Amino acid sequence: MDFLTMIQVLDSTVRLATPLLLACLAGLFSERAGIFDIGLEGKMLAAAFFSAAIAAMTGSVWLGLLAGIAASLVLSAIHGLASITFRGNQLISGVAINFLAAGMTVLIAQSWFKQGGRTPSLMGGGRFNPIELPFAEALSTVPFLGPIYAELISGHSILVYVAFACVPATWWLLFRTRFGLRLRAVGENPAAVDTAGVSVVGLRFAAVAICGLLCGIAGAYLATGLQAGFVKDMTAGRGFIALAALIFAKWRPWYALSACLLFGFLQAIALRYQNIDLWAFTVPVQVMDALPYILTVVILAGFVGKAIPPRAGGEPYVKER
Amino acid sequence: MEKMPAWADAVLVPLISLLLAAILSALVIIGIGEDPIAAVKLMVQGSLGSTYGWGYTLYYATNFMFTGLAVSVAFHARMFNIGGEGQAMLGGLGVAIVCLYMPWPHWSLALIFATISSAAFGAAWAFLPAYLQAKRGSHIVITTIMFNFIAAALLNYLLVNVMRPAGAMDPATAKFPEATHLPTLHDMLAPFGIAFSKAAPANVSLIVAIIACVAVYFLIWRTKLGYEIRAFGHSESGAKYAGISPVKITVIAMLISGGLAGMMATNNVMGESERLIMNATEGAGFIGIAVALMGRSHPLGVFLAAILFGFLYQGGAELALWTSIPRELIVVIQALVILFTGALDNMVRMPLEKLFLMFRKGDA
Repeated sequence: MDFLTMIQVLDSTVRLATPLLLACLAGLFSERAGIFDIGLEGKMLAAAFFSAAIAAMTGSVWLGLLAGIAASLVLSAIHGLASITFRGNQLISGVAINFLAAGMTVLIAQSWFKQGGRTPSLMGGGRFNPIELPFAEALSTVPFLGPIYAELISGHSILVYVAFACVPATWWLLFRTRFGLRLRAVGENPAAVDTAGVSVVGLRFAAVAICGLLCGIAGAYLATGLQAGFVKDMTAGRGFIALAALIFAKWRPWYALSACLLFGFLQAIALRYQNIDLWAFTVPVQVMDALPYILTVVILAGFVGKAIPPRAGGEPYVKER
Repeated sequence: MEKMPAWADAVLVPLISLLLAAILSALVIIGIGEDPIAAVKLMVQGSLGSTYGWGYTLYYATNFMFTGLAVSVAFHARMFNIGGEGQAMLGGLGVAIVCLYMPWPHWSLALIFATISSAAFGAAWAFLPAYLQAKRGSHIVITTIMFNFIAAALLNYLLVNVMRPAGAMDPATAKFPEATHLPTLHDMLAPFGIAFSKAAPANVSLIVAIIACVAVYFLIWRTKLGYEIRAFGHSESGAKYAGISPVKITVIAMLISGGLAGMMATNNVMGESERLIMNATEGAGFIGIAVALMGRSHPLGVFLAAILFGFLYQGGAELALWTSIPRELIVVIQALVILFTGALDNMVRMPLEKLFLMFRKGDA
């Protein structure tokens, strides 16, 4: 693999890691507040559809983004209602949300566009187009660093930069603000937060809403940045890879970045090469597909550092009377 | 004190949830500009109006009985087995190996061994998540989700690179030999003079599914193991105090669950496609969740819920054929059923409990 190919692979790593990263951070907020969310996939899918649909109809990708976020927030509200207000099973609610999104997107797509469950292809202002960072062209001739700047760092859509900026922002919000401290506390020991006179329900709803917001951006990026339009089931398990990355990162933002980059890299490799010759034997492409999941199981098994979820995760909070 | 009589808990709550899901589904159909009453008529006509329709309804129902029972058994031990899909895929592999690489004189022998093999493969796929949950505390929901994806990749690899006959283009095994073809309901009912559609795929594995329902009932409510599973599900610390090993129960309950999910392959792989194809499970593992929730994890409930979902599946296929409503409508209905009977259970239960309490006060 020569230098330029490597740059290209890393470039597509960044693009493929972006939706994973956004969804992973979304899950981070929710699970840190004690709400398990296996509905990341569904929220992304709904956001992908509505962003593409509204962008196709209005020609404005920004309106599309807003629509995507709104759709994701609606699903978040359902999840919150089920798992916070009615103290239902959070996992079952997540499963329901995934199916709801999988079904509704195709149903509405067929009803609105009649193209077999897809939206029309987006063009021009209907997509998030790449942004050239300053001097990218001029610096591209500089050996080594030039191509890295011009190809790898410059030339992504705005949402990619937003996603990467979300990592320090998440870290700051969770670990340097009062809100973050309370949010983490509510995921570990909600009774203590309640005793301190802070609303457990309010904090958890806030976390679920942030989760919806980030999933919405992730979905919108899929349909309007990475690809040009919505197709049925286009998230293709990304929500679950993000979940895997979250466990891999042990619910911490900076680790989430590296986990998502790793899984994005695996996707980029699988996309570019069918089978990889590794000295004596060939690694089939299916191994690359399965690797994120296998790695997660290994991490979960606790053989390579133990992943301990927030203590109150998955438990509805019941105030004692 | 019991807040509600048992019949209300077992029958009324699921029925109200189902009603809510149905109302919302009707609103969805209206929302996409179709007529819900006409749609229901078409679904009933297409799935129950002919022996052909019944054949498909019962075929789907057979799948859902197996996966529904699988989820139920895990629920009794308070575990959420989301991995029915992967376990059923591996079950298909077990069936394919038995049917392809062994000579069989008669389908009945082949069915017995295929059932055992599919259950063994499904159980094996559930073993590692179960062991990790029991010994290392890895959350079973996450591991079984991961194992679904790993199963899909494994099957993809085997079908493309290993089991595909030379020269074939599509990723699938060769057709199973004639002797392993299961008799359909047409073949089974013909000796009794009952005419049944020849084209419908419902087959003898329906009987296996019904036997499995009965067996699960006896296992859960009439054996020591079943008692231990339920005790563990109600209270882990209580079960431990009673000398029940949490590790043992977790692993055994998941092995039974995985085995039941795997056995689904006798229907879809051996009975219908008669070869192992990609995506043979068609999401039936996930529908098992809806079926188990609706059936309140009771085999009789699972049996009825499976037939209801079989009806929805066949009816949905007919809708997609004759109207512009896509098949995904069924996925939406499935989601609503899971939402209302599973996650929003308390939304229905709490007002109902209040109502019953009010009546009781009135009596006193």
